[in-house]
Amino acid sequence: MFNFVRRIQGGVHPDARKDLSANPEITYLPLPKRLYLPLRQHAGAEAMPLVKVGDKVLKGQLLAASPSEVSAPIHAPTSGVIVEIGPILAPHPSGLSVTGIVLESDGEDRWIELDAPADPFALSAQVLAERVAQAGVVGLGGAIFPAAVKLKQGAKHEIKTVIINGSECEPYLTTDDRIMRERAADIVDGARLVQHILRAYSIVIAIEDNKPEAIEAMKAASAHYGAIEVMAIPALYPMGSAKQLIFEVTGREVPAGGRSTDVGVLVHNVGTVYAIQQALRYGRPLISRVMTVSGACVKNPSNVEVLIGTPAREAIEFCGGLTSTPAQLMLGGPMMGSVIPSLDIPVIKGATGLLALEQNELPRKEVAPCIRCSRCVDACPMGLAPLEMALFARVDDLDQASTAGLRDCILCGCCSYVCPAHIPLVHYFQYAKGKQDERRTTERKNSYIKQQTEARAARVAAEEAAKAAAKAAKKAATAKPKQEV
Amino acid sequence: MIMATLALALMGVLLGAALGVAARYFAVADGNPLFKEVEQMLPGGNCGQCGVPGCGAAAVGMVEGTLPVTCCPPGGIGLAEKLASVLGVTLEAGEMEAPKLARVEASECIGCTRCYKACPTDAIVGATGQLHCVLLDACTGCGKCVDACPEDCIELVAQDPSLDNWRWSKPQAA
Amino acid sequence: MSSPSIAAGPFAHDRSSVDRIMLQVCLALAPATFFGLVLFGWPAINLFIVTCGSAIAIEAACLHLMNQPMSRLLDGSALLTGWLLAISLPPWAPWWIGVGGSLFAIGIGKQLYGGIGQNIFNPAMLARVALLIAFPLQMTTWALPAPLFTSGAPGFIEGLHITFGGMPLTDAMVGATALGGLKTEMTLNRTAEEVLNQSFSFWPAFFGSTPGSMGETSELLLLAGGIWLVLRKIIHWEIPVTMLGSVFLMGVIAQQVNPQAYPGGFYHLASGGLILGAFFIATDPVTSPISRTGRIIFGLSCGVLVYLIRTWGNFPEAVAFAVLFMNSLTPLIDRYWRPRAYGRNSSGKPLVAAKWTSQVKEVDKV
Repeated sequence: MFNFVRRIQGGVHPDARKDLSANPEITYLPLPKRLYLPLRQHAGAEAMPLVKVGDKVLKGQLLAASPSEVSAPIHAPTSGVIVEIGPILAPHPSGLSVTGIVLESDGEDRWIELDAPADPFALSAQVLAERVAQAGVVGLGGAIFPAAVKLKQGAKHEIKTVIINGSECEPYLTTDDRIMRERAADIVDGARLVQHILRAYSIVIAIEDNKPEAIEAMKAASAHYGAIEVMAIPALYPMGSAKQLIFEVTGREVPAGGRSTDVGVLVHNVGTVYAIQQALRYGRPLISRVMTVSGACVKNPSNVEVLIGTPAREAIEFCGGLTSTPAQLMLGGPMMGSVIPSLDIPVIKGATGLLALEQNELPRKEVAPCIRCSRCVDACPMGLAPLEMALFARVDDLDQASTAGLRDCILCGCCSYVCPAHIPLVHYFQYAKGKQDERRTTERKNSYIKQQTEARAARVAAEEAAKAAAKAAKKAATAKPKQEV
Repeated sequence: MIMATLALALMGVLLGAALGVAARYFAVADGNPLFKEVEQMLPGGNCGQCGVPGCGAAAVGMVEGTLPVTCCPPGGIGLAEKLASVLGVTLEAGEMEAPKLARVEASECIGCTRCYKACPTDAIVGATGQLHCVLLDACTGCGKCVDACPEDCIELVAQDPSLDNWRWSKPQAA
Repeated sequence: MSSPSIAAGPFAHDRSSVDRIMLQVCLALAPATFFGLVLFGWPAINLFIVTCGSAIAIEAACLHLMNQPMSRLLDGSALLTGWLLAISLPPWAPWWIGVGGSLFAIGIGKQLYGGIGQNIFNPAMLARVALLIAFPLQMTTWALPAPLFTSGAPGFIEGLHITFGGMPLTDAMVGATALGGLKTEMTLNRTAEEVLNQSFSFWPAFFGSTPGSMGETSELLLLAGGIWLVLRKIIHWEIPVTMLGSVFLMGVIAQQVNPQAYPGGFYHLASGGLILGAFFIATDPVTSPISRTGRIIFGLSCGVLVYLIRTWGNFPEAVAFAVLFMNSLTPLIDRYWRPRAYGRNSSGKPLVAAKWTSQVKEVDKV
């Protein structure tokens, strides 16, 4: 009918450079000798280890359980022996360590007995969502939010549309492209399972129009099911961001501070949907993922299926190694991915890509003063004024920065991308968000301390009172006999 | 002459009475109302790191200007900023060091329970003869446990950087 | 806990830079400037070089005084300011007008506010207005076009005399601009229609063979340069379109009401520095609003002010005054007309979530 093109505001067209890695088929990395599994590879609480050093484990065995709802368990990616539980280098720009489990593979790659339901569609939504939670599936598009938490929203909210996010708007990355081309049937099956769990009315598989093969494959795979639409959306960064994607697909805006469910939508990445399908059909926990290894320094850029915990170095070596010393190593895409300190970091569940970039692929560093050209305002997909936010962040005026737009900022990096003065806008926002976070933490701690102090005062008073009462009673008891005498 | 004296005397009496009445009816409660407000904002742990005994005394000191608003390590820079805006003083944007928190040296602790009895925020858990442990979420770094420990096995240490407290630094200004 | 050396993303850039933006603006100005220089001969060339050169020299001195890196000189902003000032000066003005203007523009208009990006007013226009008020005679002596190498045009030596020697201009060399002429004639009780029929025709004014400032005579070339800038996304379309549109529309309406007293829309478009101002001066990013709505308000107001000042003000030319006035309102416009954020209404309140989505399905309440 009147389906006018509704465009998200702003956005940029970065040099996609997807041709580097889009053509080779997904290959499988040989079994690494040692796997390093951080206990926190997801948003939420750190998983609790259930094994100890020296334990022999089987592939797919639960190694660490989730202590709370918003968390995810971790499973053994292969069979072997636990050799260490301790600090391992975190895949994080700081170069700090995190607690993790080190697993030495025994080379047998022997699966634990998997419990797969005969027909997952016959099970209830709650049971299926719980199975996804047990499989440790998190958002594989990079958000690493536990998938089951989202699936359980179906019980609380009416979900009209499930959007399967195959937009993959970050430059270089082609994992979603490749798995849509090669595993289309499984993804469609997974999408139908997600729809079943959420009891959504329809599924929209949204793919950027720079991936015609993936669109074809998904269309072919979904043709014999009703209520699945494969939608080609314009290639524009950050189309893969949930809020922008929802607007593009449904024309609705998620209210500020709200969630996708407020407009009756849930978004899952294609990789996540594939992992959900594997978990529900075959009972396989999330122990591997497809990752793009790319960048000008990589000899043979391609997509590799790697076990979680594999050292990044092995993935690079599998792709032919480095042709020159990279100027920047990154996990994820160049727009929102994070710098990594070295290739010794392990591949985690949220690693969409591993990039080794040359100097000429990076932006210039010299910073000039802002000339208020307002390109950042034009580019901002959230309709904010990044130049003002940075101005306030620079003078540590966090409240003003927040009202100027920091509270809505998704850190997509469009503003930094277009800034002719090369002002590190995103860095300012990261800084300000960190400061706000720090303040919130201190405030929370202080109110907790206040509670503790008051509780203690009350307890001490009660103890005193009890003591006094006991004393009085004793006095009375000793006084009484005297009277009797 | 007499009229003038009387008039003045009458005026004096009336005005004096008015003042007396005003003093009775518009009496200001004891202390500055700001004291209460500031005390409410302070963490309330009475840890004494500001150098005065108790948060109430610290509130008085801050309102009267004898203590700087940055004297409360548990409150951090966030509290200092709020206090500065309430008290109308300027605060140079800057850093405040995170408070050092208590740590029990496991090998030396004899489980005497003295430290957790001394702790004003119940931040130490343990039992007689058992190893004691500090709950960092509740510790203000007041050091009362350090004084109470007979074995000298508690010390205040700066927190190690971890992914939980790592923050992006401010970009170098252009 | 933090480590200062770690850079946050993104690690991709569209390869734009401030110097490239400034350079492209200069490039867009080049045809019109070249035309003006040829049209007004050696004195204009001298003045242009002196003005641009002194602007750069003063910028360098200011950077040195303010302990700022000399590399800032290369961002091209001083050159552009000098350039804009030069082409808005009477082409045969003496050298000290150019140097004094540059001093005022760069020293007071720009560096005193804190350098590039900090100024409230457009430096070139600030200097032009200051000169106009301080030296009204020199600033309103408009040389008649005398293209290079034509008979009657001053030669190189004579040109040096005019610019540097203070050689007085004879009446035969000077004329009136269309705006100034009309203003004067109308005080002599002649009607606008009469004056314009006699002395104004659109096409010569549009192509540029009429008296005026050094670079503002050729509306055609300025228009071409401006449109190129819009297409290159160096400037936004909102300000020029609304500014020109409002002046044109008011001109047309006023002429319909009383052709005796008011000249028409085309007259306004083709005269004075309107095109120059709309494309190159009002669009100065530093001094114009950041949101689209803001820019539209800015452009419309500039246009209305230009028309009002031209028609009822004391000065025949109004672009500089209008732009400066709106410059001063830019912070206010930025404050009240912000872009609407995703998920919020225009006053910044979050949108309301649809009620139906949060109804809990009874079956699943376990």
